[in-house]
Amino acid sequence: MIEVKNLTKHYGQKKAVNDLSFTVNDGEILGFLGPNGAGKSTTMNILTGYISSTEGQALINGVDILEEPTKAKKEIGYLPELPPLYLDMTVREYLNFIYDLKKCKLPRKAHLEDICALVKITDVYDRIIKNLSKGYKQRVGMAQALVGNPPILILDEPTVGLDPMQIIEIRTLIKKLGKKHTVILSSHILSEIQATCDRIIIIDHGTIVADDTTENLTKLVTNDNKLIVRIDGPKEEVEKMIKGISGVVTVRADMEREPGIFEYDIEVAEGKDIRRELFKRVADRSWYILGMKNTELTLEDIFLKITMGEKVVLSNEKASEKAVEELDKMSEENSEEKESEE
Amino acid sequence: MGAIFRREMKAYFTSPIAYIFIAVFYVYTGYFFVMGNIYSGTTEMSNLFATVFTIMMFLLPLLTMRLFSEEKKQKTEQALLTAPVNLFEIVFGKYLAAMVVFLISMGIYIIYALVLYGMAGNLSIATFFGNMLGLLLLGMAFISAGIFASVLTENQIVSAIVGFIFNMLMYMIDVIAASVTVAPIKSVLQSLSFYTRYYEFTTGIINIGSVIFFLSVAFIFNFLTVRVLEKRRWG
Repeated sequence: MIEVKNLTKHYGQKKAVNDLSFTVNDGEILGFLGPNGAGKSTTMNILTGYISSTEGQALINGVDILEEPTKAKKEIGYLPELPPLYLDMTVREYLNFIYDLKKCKLPRKAHLEDICALVKITDVYDRIIKNLSKGYKQRVGMAQALVGNPPILILDEPTVGLDPMQIIEIRTLIKKLGKKHTVILSSHILSEIQATCDRIIIIDHGTIVADDTTENLTKLVTNDNKLIVRIDGPKEEVEKMIKGISGVVTVRADMEREPGIFEYDIEVAEGKDIRRELFKRVADRSWYILGMKNTELTLEDIFLKITMGEKVVLSNEKASEKAVEELDKMSEENSEEKESEE
Repeated sequence: MGAIFRREMKAYFTSPIAYIFIAVFYVYTGYFFVMGNIYSGTTEMSNLFATVFTIMMFLLPLLTMRLFSEEKKQKTEQALLTAPVNLFEIVFGKYLAAMVVFLISMGIYIIYALVLYGMAGNLSIATFFGNMLGLLLLGMAFISAGIFASVLTENQIVSAIVGFIFNMLMYMIDVIAASVTVAPIKSVLQSLSFYTRYYEFTTGIINIGSVIFFLSVAFIFNFLTVRVLEKRRWG
């Protein structure tokens, strides 16, 4: 179990992490979601004892990482953003080094072989790390975190630089590991976190803006009220027709995707479904619908949605309060900027 | 500690650095051995030990420059610092590896002594032992200073230069002391002089004060290295 209480980290004037509090239970896979520079890596570095927090506390299975670092570090396997690989060693030498470094007690040969089979690096076991591809390096980094079979795994962007096949493999692996380990992983890609995690914490500018189950946050993403429709028909008339449908808030013709055919971004009032009506009207006029899809929310949209205080299902009320506060702060800053410009 | 020591040893001998270090050491001391002992027909080795001081100032930083700088640059220090090991173990493992390479270099002196003994049939064992002890202690101090330089920067070249400056300063204490006129400061500086203390060893005098002095310098630099690693966490 990991308990984080009011964690704050300053880099000079800049607050990289601001008053972060959360708990990760045993056997949980927690996803850390946030744009680059949100404080994900900083938080992970604090949890693993690589850097210290300015304020607050991080308990690893009840042990304070600052007070008893050696004991707490024993519980953690860490894959940093850049895998800490000695390029001049072979995979075999490297994993044996890590094994010795962690003062591992498990049967050496069997344990290392198990790990290699798990992350699929058995075929490069005797190659020098320098010559491996990025995907293999990443997996050696993963293997390194698994040495000693620590109960907690902290993985900082584990799928960065991998090809789609490898990404799927790593995700499956993380899910598998999640059955026996407590896992924290970070990413700035929403779908990745969605695919692997039980719970998601979204952080931005060092503060938690949402802390909820994946299910709830996914609902938020798919309960979307924007449609993109590609219609073969005269542009102005199509726009007029769409506006006529009850429930449509705005319509905007997007790019000309095919000669004479436009895509239309339609925003619909909350809870309205206009797809059937739209189909009927287009058919009545002998135009054609060539494509229709919901816009997928990007991470930025979710941030906006959450920070705008829309009807978001948040189990953590504190987080939404914080989000609103932050928004206020942001708008204040904006108006200040404007004033100074004037 | 064992793991770090073994890794560093391997790194020294899979890269050319240890070989170059040892070769330069052998060539340099070998030249003075041939000129100063064989051609001059003397078994007096003190000169041979005295001349090595200068080359060690230059050479030892090359041996230590990589130790922490490279870890920081390649981000591998993250593995070390998040592993369940004490910072002292990390520093000491690296220190020991550099010391072993240095000891291998130093070992050539035993061969020189044996050659002289074989040629002349007599050799002052006590003087030789004193000389070796002095060299060992000097190496311990210089290597700890070099490691400290290496923990300060992620650039190996900078690390080597800073290490060299440290050694230079230790060497220059004499020069500085000579120009100071205030008596108490002068005597303090003189007692800190590396060269005077080392030179004493080469004449065959083992001064316990000097032994403790060099050991303390080595300890202080290693301690500072640990503190820098510790402090980096708080930065």
